[in-house]
Amino acid sequence: MTRQQTQRLAQWLISATAVIVILPIVLVVVYVVAKGIGAINWEFLTQPPRNGMTEGGIFPALLGTIILTLGTAVAAIPLAVGAAIYLAEYAGDNRFTRAIRLAIVNLAGIPSIVYGLFGLGMFVLFFNFGTSILAGALTLGLMTLPVVISTAEEAILTVPQEFRVVSFSLGASRWQTIRHQVLPHALPGIITGIILGLGRAAGETAPILFTVAAFYLPELPKSIFDQTMALPYHLYVIATQVPGMPLSIQYGTALVLLFIVLSFTLVATVIRTVMRRRREW
Amino acid sequence: MSTFDEAPVSWQEPQKDAPPARRNWSELIIETLIRLAGISAVVIITLIFLFLLKEGAPAFMQVPITNLLSTRWYPIEDMFGLIPLLVGSLLVTIGAVAIAVPLGLTTAVYLGEFAPPWQREILKPVIEVLAAIPSIVLGFLGWVALAPLIQGAGAPTGLTAFTGAIILAYMSLPTIISITEDALYAVPREYRDGALALGATQWQTIWRVTLPAARSGIVIAVMLGVGRAIGETMAVMLVTGNAANIPQFGLGAFFQPVRTMTATIAAEMGEVAQGSVHYSVLFAIGIVLFLITFLVNSLATRFIGGSARRRGGQI
Repeated sequence: MTRQQTQRLAQWLISATAVIVILPIVLVVVYVVAKGIGAINWEFLTQPPRNGMTEGGIFPALLGTIILTLGTAVAAIPLAVGAAIYLAEYAGDNRFTRAIRLAIVNLAGIPSIVYGLFGLGMFVLFFNFGTSILAGALTLGLMTLPVVISTAEEAILTVPQEFRVVSFSLGASRWQTIRHQVLPHALPGIITGIILGLGRAAGETAPILFTVAAFYLPELPKSIFDQTMALPYHLYVIATQVPGMPLSIQYGTALVLLFIVLSFTLVATVIRTVMRRRREW
Repeated sequence: MSTFDEAPVSWQEPQKDAPPARRNWSELIIETLIRLAGISAVVIITLIFLFLLKEGAPAFMQVPITNLLSTRWYPIEDMFGLIPLLVGSLLVTIGAVAIAVPLGLTTAVYLGEFAPPWQREILKPVIEVLAAIPSIVLGFLGWVALAPLIQGAGAPTGLTAFTGAIILAYMSLPTIISITEDALYAVPREYRDGALALGATQWQTIWRVTLPAARSGIVIAVMLGVGRAIGETMAVMLVTGNAANIPQFGLGAFFQPVRTMTATIAAEMGEVAQGSVHYSVLFAIGIVLFLITFLVNSLATRFIGGSARRRGGQI
């Protein structure tokens, strides 16, 4: 085989593997949409499950996921943005900073089920929050931290150094500079990171298994100390734990969950693209 | 203009790290809060480990080590052999890596070296979609759609280590692809130009020059992919059959049901009495998982210059 033939063969094989990676992704999304779209109607989205969950809708699970995602935002955003500001604007290049970065990489790598165990041990039992929205949102919030910290830090670092120097030279203090010069320019990037993190939290099952998720609840939660149903766990339950569950409801639930999570990704991508086009420096 | 007229100017570089002093107390409070947030990651990871130890350590005192290292996981009769679970996790992870690494590397090479810009514009968002799909949705599809296919292909059951490996491979692909792509991108243009100028084909350049130069980045990609795969829970729980047996040795092992460490915790924690031996052992499995992923990620970080660190190990 001549080297030109090898080149052609290699290019052909590499293109083929790209297709093997991409095609199933498209298939998965199309398949879920095709199988699930028939189940989606107003009743499905606004009614509770009935008749041992084999009829009716997914409203309590949908609402639970929305509440949990909001709770995650409240728990994660201040801490994550604060940490990102610290790393980008305050931290020196020393051992302590390296320890923080190592901790962030490892937080990102900890399996979600281990976050679930931690949430059970610390929030549910030690702080005695019980199996509750509070415990679940805090657990999801901690799990979301590393993604948001990393993207927010990157956004802050892309703000040109000149902006800071000019601000300092005009007599602004460090915090004034951050507050009025750096953060406004970094905001779209920070928001992108937050949305990506929340999208991930909305779809997670393992961290909420022992901290908040309920198999079935006849009533909606009344406070943050109540349990709630949640879409990802609901999908697990109706797929594996309920005999005689109609497939259409299972696919419908999967579609709603997929739709929610992908909307987060879409919004984040749009913000990022618009931001890149608009950047003035 | 004569130079004698000018006074000697002592020019100083502006010191970017020396802004004017703080304005007032509120700034002091804000800056203190930011510093506290800064160290939160270290505090949280320490807390996670301490709470796992607090709940899991009794397992090591109450269950003899020979029991923990035995080959039988049967908690009802106080048999807590972790070996089948470890083997289950390893089998699924090895399978996933065997599928995902070649696919991920070649896809990254395609995106970085062959694909025209318009294709990249389409393909990269598609891979981001894959990264975003919740594991429970992929697990659900594996359970209702992929498993029957595998059973139809002749396996005694569709719920096997292999089924789990396929799903996990796709879940770790976005990580592997994006970090490998960064690594390829970081290889200086001159390396490629030099090779091409010497008459090498594009493929020879990639195989002999670009890939070796990107070696350390590729190692990181694979390690983080492994870390991702070994910690996955929901998808694996749905599609691997959850049989806590050690499969027979050989390739056939991949086509038998297995049960992973993660799935064991997820499946059994809901049913154990708090504070029981079984409860502690499940936390002890959590400690093992924590240590494995900590080791993998810390090792990967040692290799890292900037790219994957910036991403916090995420894509």
